Amino acid sequence: MSGTMRNPLLEVTDLVTEFATRKGILRAVDKVSFAIEAGEIVGLVGESGSGKSVTGFSILGLIDPPGRIAGGSVRLGGRELVGLPPAQLRAIRGKAISMVFQDPSATLNPVLTIGTQMHLAIAAHEKTSEAAARARAAEVLARVGIPDARSRLDAHPHQFSGGMRQRVAIAIALLNRPSLIICDEPTTALDVSIQAQILAEMKALARDLGTAMIWISHDLATVSSLARRILVMYAGRIIEQGPVADVLRHPRHPYTAGLIASLPANAEPGRELRQIPGATPSLFDLPPGCAFAPRCAFSSAACAQAPALHHAGPRGWRCHHPRGMEEAR
Amino acid sequence: MTPLVLAQNVSKRFAPRLGLGERIAAKLGSPVETRTVHAVDNVSLAIAKGEVLGLVGESGCGKSTLGRVIAGIHPPSAGQVTIGGESVMREGRKSTTRIQTVFQDPFASLDPRIRIGEAIAEGPLAHGLMRKADARAEVARWLDAVGLPAEAAERFPHQFSGGQRQRVAIARALAMQPDILVCDEPVASLDVSIQAQIVNLFLKLRRELGLTMLFISHDLGIVRHISDRIAIMYLGRIVETGETEAVFAAPRHPYTRALLDSVPKLVTDSEELVSFKAIAGELPSPLSPPPGCHFHLRCPHAQAVCREIVPASDSQGGMHPVACHFPLIS
Ligand SMILES: Nc1ncnc2c1ncn2[C@@H]1O[C@H](COP(=O)(O)OP(=O)(O)O)[C@@H](O)[C@H]1O
Ligand SMILES: Nc1ncnc2c1ncn2[C@@H]1O[C@H](COP(=O)(O)OP(=O)(O)O)[C@@H](O)[C@H]1O
Ligand code: SF4
Ligand SMILES: [Mg+2]
Ligand SMILES: [Mg+2]
Repeated sequence: MSGTMRNPLLEVTDLVTEFATRKGILRAVDKVSFAIEAGEIVGLVGESGSGKSVTGFSILGLIDPPGRIAGGSVRLGGRELVGLPPAQLRAIRGKAISMVFQDPSATLNPVLTIGTQMHLAIAAHEKTSEAAARARAAEVLARVGIPDARSRLDAHPHQFSGGMRQRVAIAIALLNRPSLIICDEPTTALDVSIQAQILAEMKALARDLGTAMIWISHDLATVSSLARRILVMYAGRIIEQGPVADVLRHPRHPYTAGLIASLPANAEPGRELRQIPGATPSLFDLPPGCAFAPRCAFSSAACAQAPALHHAGPRGWRCHHPRGMEEAR
Repeated sequence: MTPLVLAQNVSKRFAPRLGLGERIAAKLGSPVETRTVHAVDNVSLAIAKGEVLGLVGESGCGKSTLGRVIAGIHPPSAGQVTIGGESVMREGRKSTTRIQTVFQDPFASLDPRIRIGEAIAEGPLAHGLMRKADARAEVARWLDAVGLPAEAAERFPHQFSGGQRQRVAIARALAMQPDILVCDEPVASLDVSIQAQIVNLFLKLRRELGLTMLFISHDLGIVRHISDRIAIMYLGRIVETGETEAVFAAPRHPYTRALLDSVPKLVTDSEELVSFKAIAGELPSPLSPPPGCHFHLRCPHAQAVCREIVPASDSQGGMHPVACHFPLIS
């Protein structure tokens, strides 16, 4: 997939991540490949359990036993991260790559003030005086929309609202000016009005700082208004990818097409929504070949074989019977 | 038309929920939070027979509390709720089976040790709405109505997927043969591809059973799709009500306008310049709502009067009702 990209910032190739469980080996991420350019925002969408978070954790080397990266490669600026010793990974995490989670309490320590936590986050990667760290922390807090940032440094996480706590977590992720931020559904638990504020700020920040972003979400609309490219996951695989507007207008994979068609915005009010039948398969019990086949209106005998990744320019899909090829440009 | 469900000047206040630390502090005589939460503040609503009323607003604005008061689960602190002229409560207890509720989390409302069939029959048997001899057939009928096979009756909740569990919860509510269903975020915890299935089920049930519904959701797209009318709630009060399409086409309250603008749109044109129009500021604490219009701190149109006087609901010139001193004109 990186063939179209000259100098990718991040290059993920055939990544496989598995968990050993009582029921057997669970392959949460299955041969995932994609690349991201410096400063680019890419949306990673899929339903719960499709492997979005595990993909993010795998890039950061945050897969602990009984999980393991069972194959593939993750390169940041050309440097292989898979198999790096823990100390070297720690030097990269929070510095070159950082992550924002859905629940800010995954990042924030309840007993420390925001200022102390931000000082520690800087000190983990470079020597600074406390005064310099505070100044930088206040500046970044202000950038993410926290009013009166300097005095808020002495507050504890519980003294912030949910939306403000998420902003603090984002500020910590930005502190060391990473080249890539992985945002794992950071606005899913927030109200739309707060989500709109944070989306606007993130978009401006990524642009101004030149930070690349992987924005994980289950919401196509959010991704379409934020990202330039989209990756669609289903049952551990990326089944479609490409420029976001193009994919939404002319989805190739029947699953992507089904998701778009099922949106209320694409139906007459009060009329039946177009629905995808069935439910997402258990990863222990995947059908052979295309995992979407049992729910797919277009499946044929060919679909019992796993479809290879097909390319056309910036677009990619894994399907034997892609949609809308007649209208392809 | 006389409404089927009528909520008149309903308020619901909660005493503060004290944590352990605060309870100890209170015992030791330290000052603790004693203000009450005004979760629902003087709300009046009417739902016509066969109508779907959507109730939207951000978390904490009081949607669930209002839904529970209307369903007779919580007694109101003031005001009353009637169905066909009869109060839903008598002596502090729910006194009707005509209104039932479907909650967001179907697992929470199902006992993991009880078979689905028993769970569905339990309520109607207890209320004499079903004869023991008919239970099996009745359960099968309601399972069929929600798209599940009769064999599902023998299974336990954990043997169902999230979407199927919500179907079970709906079957359970329907078996009480209600006229009205209060649905509190019934698709919020479901996967996107499953949400459409459940929305379609509600549309079908409404058509086939003539159900009246109060449909609570924070998802404006789904509410718009399913509701004939909508009510917008902000910090305990209804700020605007009207025909769904009229409100979406021409919102009259500045909050409604801002809320609609906050929802990300599906952008399918790469040339389109996306700008997020966010409402300034945050929701004030329901412990200390601002005086006057609850929205005035965030409202771009607020004047002095907004800070002092609570705007009354007004439907001037035949337009849909709005509680604002300076309604938007479009
Ligand atoms: N620590 C773990 N141990 C075992 N299975 C896991 C673990 N973390 C994730 N999984 C499984 O991996 C799959 C993908 O999970 P995840 O990446 O969290 O999905 P998503 O973020 O798309 O909702 C799921 O089936 C999940 O149950
Ligand atoms: N049982 C309760 N005790 C104390 N406060 C409550 C209780 N239930 C709800 N509240 C408070 O009432 C307000 C409205 O809550 P709720 O009706 O759940 O809002 P919504 O459903 O719109 O998110 C919130 O401030 C909430 O904390
Ligand atoms: S009453 Fe005033 S503050 Fe409230 S919404 Fe209307 S204009 Fe804004
Ligand atoms: Mg996840
Ligand atoms: Mg609620």
